Amino acid sequence: MNRPRSPKLALTLIVAVVVVTLLLASGGMFVARGADPIKIGFGMALTGGLSANGKPALLAIQIWKDDVNKRGGFLGRPVELVYYDDQTNPATVPAIYTKLLDVDKVDLVISGYGTNLIAPLMPIAMERKLTIMGMFGLANNEKYQYPNYFQIQPAGPDPQTSTAIGFFELAARQTPRPQTVALVGADAEYPQNAMVGARELAKKFGFKVVYDKNYPPSTVDYTPIVRAIKATNADIVFVASYPPDSVGMLRAALEVGLQPKIFGGGMVGLQFTSVMQSMGPSLNGIVNYDFWAPEPTMLAMPGIKEFLKEYQARAEKAGVDPLGYYLPPYSYALVQVLGQAIEATKSLDQQKLADYMRATDFSTVIGKVKFGKNGEWAKGRTLMVQYQKIQGTGIDQFRGPGKKVVLYPDELKSGNIIYPYAAAKN
Amino acid sequence: MVAGLLLGGFYAAVSLGVALIFGLLDIANIAQPAFVILGSYAAYVMNSSFGLDPILSGLLFTPVFYVLGAVVYRVYYESFERRGEESLRGLVFFFGLLFIMEVSLSLAFGVDYRLVQSWYMSRSIDLGGVGIAFRYLVPCMVGLAMTLALHLFLGRTFYGRAIMAVSQDRLALRLMGANPVQIKTIAFGVGIAAASLAGALLISIAPVIPSTDRDYIGRMFAITVLGGMGSIGGALVAAVVLGVAESLMSTFFGPSWSLAVSFGILLMALAVRPAGLFGR
Repeated sequence: MNRPRSPKLALTLIVAVVVVTLLLASGGMFVARGADPIKIGFGMALTGGLSANGKPALLAIQIWKDDVNKRGGFLGRPVELVYYDDQTNPATVPAIYTKLLDVDKVDLVISGYGTNLIAPLMPIAMERKLTIMGMFGLANNEKYQYPNYFQIQPAGPDPQTSTAIGFFELAARQTPRPQTVALVGADAEYPQNAMVGARELAKKFGFKVVYDKNYPPSTVDYTPIVRAIKATNADIVFVASYPPDSVGMLRAALEVGLQPKIFGGGMVGLQFTSVMQSMGPSLNGIVNYDFWAPEPTMLAMPGIKEFLKEYQARAEKAGVDPLGYYLPPYSYALVQVLGQAIEATKSLDQQKLADYMRATDFSTVIGKVKFGKNGEWAKGRTLMVQYQKIQGTGIDQFRGPGKKVVLYPDELKSGNIIYPYAAAKN
Repeated sequence: MVAGLLLGGFYAAVSLGVALIFGLLDIANIAQPAFVILGSYAAYVMNSSFGLDPILSGLLFTPVFYVLGAVVYRVYYESFERRGEESLRGLVFFFGLLFIMEVSLSLAFGVDYRLVQSWYMSRSIDLGGVGIAFRYLVPCMVGLAMTLALHLFLGRTFYGRAIMAVSQDRLALRLMGANPVQIKTIAFGVGIAAASLAGALLISIAPVIPSTDRDYIGRMFAITVLGGMGSIGGALVAAVVLGVAESLMSTFFGPSWSLAVSFGILLMALAVRPAGLFGR
């Protein structure tokens, strides 16, 4: 026999069910929100002229994301990367970042790789008041002076002279002191900036400029240029070039027999493992800018060995530079800075992050990072290295110290220059 | 001057395929530079894996490239030319092919710069006080040999004459009992086969990445047009003219003027002779 139910009890049951349902629902929402990833968006040169650096940079950022997510993410949320191939084409940048911000609804953005790809992002970042991390842009913020821009290349407060400063300082210290300089650079954004800096430094250090010319980036034969430089009998030769030109200039110099006292300066590409392997002993004696070398002074930085181990393990599968000494440590450091700012401020607020970045010394795999004027490093740290004692084309010799000796700056110096250039060839 | 002549020989080798396919067959094969880069990567693989000389490897790959070219032409013919849609849609087809090849190479080899090793790299000989780099001398000699071989093939063989005929009067060729489609397939195959050797020469001179093809599109078509559509000898002369102009400008007036002067010569030549230097 069924007993009649009390209406009060029924009401209590209904209320209880509703409350439990709401709690579960809200709890579910909490779980869902908690699991919502922090989206970091960017364009990257995965094809086109800068892809040889863009793809390793992407791998470094992916390693950072995995490291962070293994530790539980930030603010209880995992990190997710949303990225598109900018094809090394600046015209694609506005559309990519508009999509990232308006459609993908990313929480934070960082730049793609290189000066030309950062330039079109600057107006977007300023209009939307974004905090923006720049990856290897030379003097992108000189005109804008946007306070929430931070750049990871260690160019320092005077980006235009940063590539060449070590080259000219080293030249000025040598005995007998070189007197004349030849300057040659490609007609492109970075080389032209470097050439402006080189002219300024040549004047500052009292070198007489005996050759100062530009060449189009599509040049195929560099022997006429090298012959013209040889005819000037310049004591030192400063070259600002992109990878194909760097190889072309170096080969032409060997063929023509150009042997100044110091040769190199701002040659992009010689840092890449594939180029180092192919050029082998031809590189001996070249004094060139760099950002990282497996020298004891650089390996002492916290976390770098672990990062490189992980990078090198994943590089072959990703089809990128197998050693990753040029850009990847800096790409990793870029997102490390961003991550440390999120952790410290416990926020994704653009302004809070920017304020923190301006005021903080960051500890990264590339050492201490402190931002100063225009978001550049407060103190420049572009290395000047010399290729020494390279034998054959084996890759393993480049993994350890002694092949790319750091000459400048003094606090990171790992060896002495072999001077003049011809002495390093023997 | 000597450097310019050497550069011209190399430019001739790179432009031969376009001179044949665009100049003679009137097919705007924009993808030709991508085939050249494919040739570079074939030479790179053989050089880095087996230590094979890049030029020898370029030669070995010519039959493979010939077959590839023949297949591409048949697809192009069936899809566009046969339907009379070759002008715009055909151009889009070759553009698409160029991008597919570029991306495929990126996926297969990554985007690092690739170089080859050979005994003649970074060496030069001194001839009467003029240093000549083997890195340019060898490609120049090969380029001249390729031009001569193609010239003889077109002038002295049955299929060569048939190719010349199909470029002049397709209907007349059909009346003579020859199949224009088959002849064009052969010509296209030969043009792509030339890209195998040209690619090997290119990677002997400079490092390549999959997108290096873009640097050569302009030069290839400029040389073909300057030489005169359909003239293989004209392409050689045009290549030498551009090479010498670039080289002299680089040496005496500064390299930044070299390309402007080269293309200035193209414009002036076309103003005087719209059909090109040796055009029909």
